[in-house]
Amino acid sequence: MRRSTLIFLALLALSTAAVTVMAGGGLISTSFVKTLGMTLCLCLAAVAMDLVWGYAGILSLGHMAFFALGGYMIGMWLMWARTEAIVVQALSGQPLPPTAEEIRQGIGGQIFGVVGTSDIPWIWSFAHSLPLQLLLVVLVPGLLAAVFGWLAFRSRVTGVYLSILTQAMTLALALYLFQNDSGLRGNNGLSGLQNLPGVSAPQEVTALWLFWASALALAGGYLLAAWVVGGKFGSVIRAIRDDEQRVRFLGYPVEGFKLFVFTLTAVIAAIAGALYYPQAGIINPAEMMPIASIYLAVWVAIGGRGRLYGAVIGAAVVSLLSSWFTGGRAPSIPLGFYTIDWVDWWQVLLGLAFVLVTLLAPKGIGGLFR
Amino acid sequence: MSALLEVRGVSVSFDGFRAINNLSFAIDRAELRAVIGPNGAGKTTFMDIVTGKTRPDAGDVIFGDPPRSLLRMTEAQIARAGVGRKFQRPTVFEDQSVFANLMMALNAPRNPFAVLRFRPTSRHRDQVQDLAEEVGLAPHLTRVAGELSHGQKQWLEIGMLLAQDPLLLLVDEPAAGMTLAEREHTTTLLRRLATTRAVVVVEHDMEFVRRLDCRVTVLHEGSVLAEGSLDHVTADPQVIDVYLGRG
Repeated sequence: MRRSTLIFLALLALSTAAVTVMAGGGLISTSFVKTLGMTLCLCLAAVAMDLVWGYAGILSLGHMAFFALGGYMIGMWLMWARTEAIVVQALSGQPLPPTAEEIRQGIGGQIFGVVGTSDIPWIWSFAHSLPLQLLLVVLVPGLLAAVFGWLAFRSRVTGVYLSILTQAMTLALALYLFQNDSGLRGNNGLSGLQNLPGVSAPQEVTALWLFWASALALAGGYLLAAWVVGGKFGSVIRAIRDDEQRVRFLGYPVEGFKLFVFTLTAVIAAIAGALYYPQAGIINPAEMMPIASIYLAVWVAIGGRGRLYGAVIGAAVVSLLSSWFTGGRAPSIPLGFYTIDWVDWWQVLLGLAFVLVTLLAPKGIGGLFR
Repeated sequence: MSALLEVRGVSVSFDGFRAINNLSFAIDRAELRAVIGPNGAGKTTFMDIVTGKTRPDAGDVIFGDPPRSLLRMTEAQIARAGVGRKFQRPTVFEDQSVFANLMMALNAPRNPFAVLRFRPTSRHRDQVQDLAEEVGLAPHLTRVAGELSHGQKQWLEIGMLLAQDPLLLLVDEPAAGMTLAEREHTTTLLRRLATTRAVVVVEHDMEFVRRLDCRVTVLHEGSVLAEGSLDHVTADPQVIDVYLGRG
């Protein structure tokens, strides 16, 4: 194992332990534990982005769509199971025990009332089962990525054209989900996801559970990515990034490699999303808009492409700064004639940072460590 | 014994320009062949067709044993079937070490899952070491290929071709940018390689072709104008007319 992987895992374990101790001592709030847990999920998505873009050279502007799809898939079970508990509770006062059909109708009315129906769409067929819905977290984004990638790569769509295509994919998906009859509650999205069904432990405890799960997922994802890029496979995908025609003349099926990396990273992003949204508590189609995927690319660029720890640094630093600046905690700067309000000006600062990193440190923050 | 590569009546046009026009010729299993011709004669297009980069409009390209048409195969499949290509400009993966470049080229299963599981054994390392010694890069194995000199990159690319161990080697202007000593080294290597496989050298430089001392095919406007020893073709009045006469 490489030294940087060991250092990363040690730092991750240390900071996880530190956060646990501080949260237990009341030094940091539950909402900040959630912010940190969500940051770890974003770091995992950034690792996936680095694998697909930094190593294989495929600038996907759609990976946050896979992230959000993962979130939707787990969100469906969370919402279903919680609503079921509420419905059963409400019907328990009746003289006759409720039938399965009555419970179903109750759930349908509760979940889909906001979009003016109580019919349960077929895509919710598995929502009652955690194992099945967990399987869908992997299968739905994985299959979407595999089909999309197969079509795009076999037609040899590369470079900026592929980026545009991935962006169109995520935009189309978001616009579809915005519709009320998409079956996923339109622009209302899924909510109440922070309540884990069947768990009576308070939020400050479940927040820590999800934080640990996120840390574990990041560690696992990082190890997997490090293993993938560490050997000859890493050599081949970097070669594809630099000169894919030459790789073909070496006899490697370039399209197969790209498809593998694209699909694998989509699944990693989906798992990250499935851990992120229970901490965020709500998911709606706006999360899938192309801007989210562009941010992901900016984080990886600032952190340093082609270095896994660079992607993690970029995602952690930029997303934490972002939540600090936009959370209203950054003090405004009065200039007399104008007041710099960071909620608005943070984007300008981020854009400037992106330009400066591109010009002055093309290898990103991670590149400064060598 | 049938030929290793047989090009049958191949034609290809780009926007109405006939780059290759009813081209036919054959190469044996262990043969060194020089392909010469003025600019635009179709030398590079010929290589593109054989390696699968360009699809011809008509004709067929038959290769190997048992003979198979290359036209339905992808570039990667053709490369795996045993066609290796050396580009005019050295194209190595500059971001990676000499060792990684050679290891990538080394004959081993090429599908993504096999590559994912691949871990070099001591046999693979020895093979890479031997190849590096053969092309004079043994002291540079850990260096990044981008740091090598132009000549060393040429040698690295030749090393990568040797690692692929192709049945047919297509070499595009190997002498370009080489010193006299390097040219001699290259000539010796190409002639030695041609004892066990077919080697096709596309070249501009007549002096270099003379050193190769092999059968020569002269291309002109996308078809074969003459074929034979260098003395034979240079004595051909048509060849003098279209090519040598200008010099």
